[in-house]
Amino acid sequence: MGCGTSVTTDNKGRRLTTDQMAKKTPSPALAMKAAILIQRWYRRYIARLEMRQRYTWNIFQSIEYAGEQDQLQLSSFFSFMLDNFTQLNGNGPDLISHLLDPVVDPWSDRERQTMFEQITVPESYSGPHLTFPLTVSHTNALLSAFKEQQPLHGRYMLQLLHQTKKLLKQMPNVIHLSTPYAKEITICGDLHGRLDDLLLIFYKNGLPSAETPYVFNGDFVDRGKKSVEVIILLFAYQLLYPDHMTLNRGNHEDHIMNLRYGFTKEVMQKYKTHGRDILLLVQDVFSLLPIATVIDNKVLIVHGGISDMTDLYLLSSIERHKVKSALRLPRRSLNHLEVTRSSRQGQPESPRCRSRGQPESPRCRSRGQPESPRCRSRGQPERPRCRSRGQPESPRCRSRGQDHGNTPKKRRHLTRQGSSSSSSSSSLCSPRGSSRLTLCRCLSPSMLSPTDNLQVPFLDSFTALPVRQPPREELEWKQVVDLLWSDPKSQPGCSPNTFRGGGSYFGPDVTRRLLERHGMTLLIRSHECKQEGYEVCHDGQVITIFSASNYYEEGSNRGAYIKLGRELVPRFFQYQVSRNTRKLTLTQRVNVAEGSAVRAVQEKLFSHRSELMAAFQQYDTSNSGCISVSEWALVVESVVRLDLPWRTLRPRLARLAPDGSIDYQSCFEDMGPGQPIPQVTPNLAETLYRYRTDLEIIFNIMDKDHSGQISIEEFRQTWHLFSAHLGVEVDDRAIDELAKSIDFNKDGSIDFNEFLEAFRVVHKLDVKDQQQG
Amino acid sequence: MAEDKESAEAIVSEVHKKIRAAFDVFDHEFNKTVDVREIGTIIRSLGCFPNEGELHDVIAEIEEEEPTGYIRFEKFLPTMTKVLMERKFRPIPEDLMLQAFEVLDKQKKGHLELEELTKYMTQEGEPFTQEEMEEMLSAAMDPDKNLIFYKDFVSMMTVDDPR
Repeated sequence: MGCGTSVTTDNKGRRLTTDQMAKKTPSPALAMKAAILIQRWYRRYIARLEMRQRYTWNIFQSIEYAGEQDQLQLSSFFSFMLDNFTQLNGNGPDLISHLLDPVVDPWSDRERQTMFEQITVPESYSGPHLTFPLTVSHTNALLSAFKEQQPLHGRYMLQLLHQTKKLLKQMPNVIHLSTPYAKEITICGDLHGRLDDLLLIFYKNGLPSAETPYVFNGDFVDRGKKSVEVIILLFAYQLLYPDHMTLNRGNHEDHIMNLRYGFTKEVMQKYKTHGRDILLLVQDVFSLLPIATVIDNKVLIVHGGISDMTDLYLLSSIERHKVKSALRLPRRSLNHLEVTRSSRQGQPESPRCRSRGQPESPRCRSRGQPESPRCRSRGQPERPRCRSRGQPESPRCRSRGQDHGNTPKKRRHLTRQGSSSSSSSSSLCSPRGSSRLTLCRCLSPSMLSPTDNLQVPFLDSFTALPVRQPPREELEWKQVVDLLWSDPKSQPGCSPNTFRGGGSYFGPDVTRRLLERHGMTLLIRSHECKQEGYEVCHDGQVITIFSASNYYEEGSNRGAYIKLGRELVPRFFQYQVSRNTRKLTLTQRVNVAEGSAVRAVQEKLFSHRSELMAAFQQYDTSNSGCISVSEWALVVESVVRLDLPWRTLRPRLARLAPDGSIDYQSCFEDMGPGQPIPQVTPNLAETLYRYRTDLEIIFNIMDKDHSGQISIEEFRQTWHLFSAHLGVEVDDRAIDELAKSIDFNKDGSIDFNEFLEAFRVVHKLDVKDQQQG
Repeated sequence: MAEDKESAEAIVSEVHKKIRAAFDVFDHEFNKTVDVREIGTIIRSLGCFPNEGELHDVIAEIEEEEPTGYIRFEKFLPTMTKVLMERKFRPIPEDLMLQAFEVLDKQKKGHLELEELTKYMTQEGEPFTQEEMEEMLSAAMDPDKNLIFYKDFVSMMTVDDPR
């Protein structure tokens, strides 16, 4: 650089003079200044990207957990329907109880086997044919078939499930494995119906075999579109190599979860004739999956986590198949307590609010509406929930709306603040919302000490009842739920996982104690999506492993698996399934993910439109159509009840007026109905948008013959029940009108898919794209 | 005068809320602390363009006497408020950015070679880590020619910045 006498050549081989060289490179001081400037500017750009990435992640997580709240809502609705079956005529309730209560198969195993064998497979079927016992050629055939989008015939599915059930019955609750000499065990986390991820793992790591043993840690189904294919492969390999393929149960191996999160629907769609039978069989198979795996007596693998009550010895001895679903408490025989549900209106507060003699807290008021007798709140909770009974009144129980500054974050980690430890973990947090009429939930064991008296409504007054010790069945249920639903937290102690509604938050001390007690060194679990596919916490004693890449959106996260050899030192392998051949830049990935998240938020806003508008207008005293950013954020947060960085999101959600205030109408500009909707009031429309998924599930259940039609009467009844359950004021006449208007050919039945389509919220840009073809 | 005081307070209040919102995004444990390594991101996302040296100074100010690896909101808020109110670490306008690139591109080719840019970014000023370099190249470089057309790059980056 700039040296007086030296000569050099440029890239064309011509000699340069020093003069030319001086021009070629900037002076060092200037170069440094320029470089710093560029670096400064670029780092700022990256920081913005990181911020967007982070809050996009927060959005997805919030919505996911809010969805899980909805799930509990739905589950409690089913209970509600069951408990009120006298209101429904027809076969509706039988169907639901059929699906929700344990079913006793009238046929023996042998008879079942024969029945399946007699199912004919048509000549036209070109997929794999299975015979048992399976061989490698069968699993290879399955792999090829699924890569070619060729499904497996229902008969083979049934037989596969049947054989799996037989195999699982022989297995203990806790599987003990040893690391084979000179080989490693591969441990995978949640797959959630992502066939591509499973195939990628097999491709990178090898197919299951004696050389390549696997443990799959639950959540094989739901959310993804290929749950059926995923479990077929997993079960097939397990039948092929029962010693080298271990499957743990996850919280989604649960038929009630499946109703909401897509597995049930997928099965019904892919197997029109045998879907129902398959689902019933799957229910059994899921409940027979082992709940834990232990490697070399040193490494514990469970899907969710543990609690301070986790007892591995007890767990080894329970009847795990009795825990059909985490979302239905085992029914207690409470004959003497089967109080008749008298009138639903005008009843005093839910016993839960009163049971511990606490004053009714404002929390019990439903949002935005005048104080009504219902103590119901829609699934999305006031997160400060006193429902975690058995807990001392903690700061959590402060109701929303008070003291905003101090209110603990209304998110799943809520319980981490304030009370750091609690004496007993309640893994039973009953499903929220509604049905204050169902007694079994009130009498949950963990909540009450033996000497408590419970106040329950009885014919419009209160009766004191002595409380019994919880039966063994419930204790067992709780132990299993803890394993499948818990999450680690960073602060010590153990508290109920009020967010998920089941399981606990367990701190590093809980982990340490449990591992010490059993002479173990490591807990591997899944259950939570992690951006890098895995995460280590609790001083290296807990690893979260998650194997569904792009879980929330293309580019949202990597998937990973662990390899564990004799030394029991985990090695992590990451991957990401990509639809594009060219790797997306960070910018592109963030844009895609953020776009998707923002859309989800816009949908939420749209489906709460009237409530939001009413609240906005309260602040808009001058009727200008604008309110301040603060007010906007306040309103949105309190109505939509998602703990999101609203201010940061604001530019994506609402327009600013010239004076810096927010034009609140602009929130709703980009979204609209997909099709012209039937004549309904805005309120009703919104309710339908909001509960579309739930309704879909219910309709599908009622539609026993999968015709896509239900009778007007069934529609009416379902709707009445649902709205009564939610406490939504729905005009009976409006529903009737709606029903009639949907019944286009006037034959007394409704095509509910068409109906539901009308209430799908779409992004207007998408609609335009579609229209343009 | 009272009015001015009120509006001044209102401004400060807005600033506080903005800072809080950005802080919260990284407060993973909901205990009003963030990892010190995220402070740079938070400050930058609030519209500031500190260089690394300036960033370290700010962090030194808000860290505990015995650094814990975490920054508490109570300490962050006053410092950050001052930064924003005093408009420290102003943004770099687009034309200045262009000039910076042009300084490096003495020959006025309109682009920089891969090696050139890499050398400057990883050896001069406050050097990039390899990761940072790779990321910049993936966004800025034309992969077929291994050239960085910085004019387009600067425009693209500035457009992406919603304000």
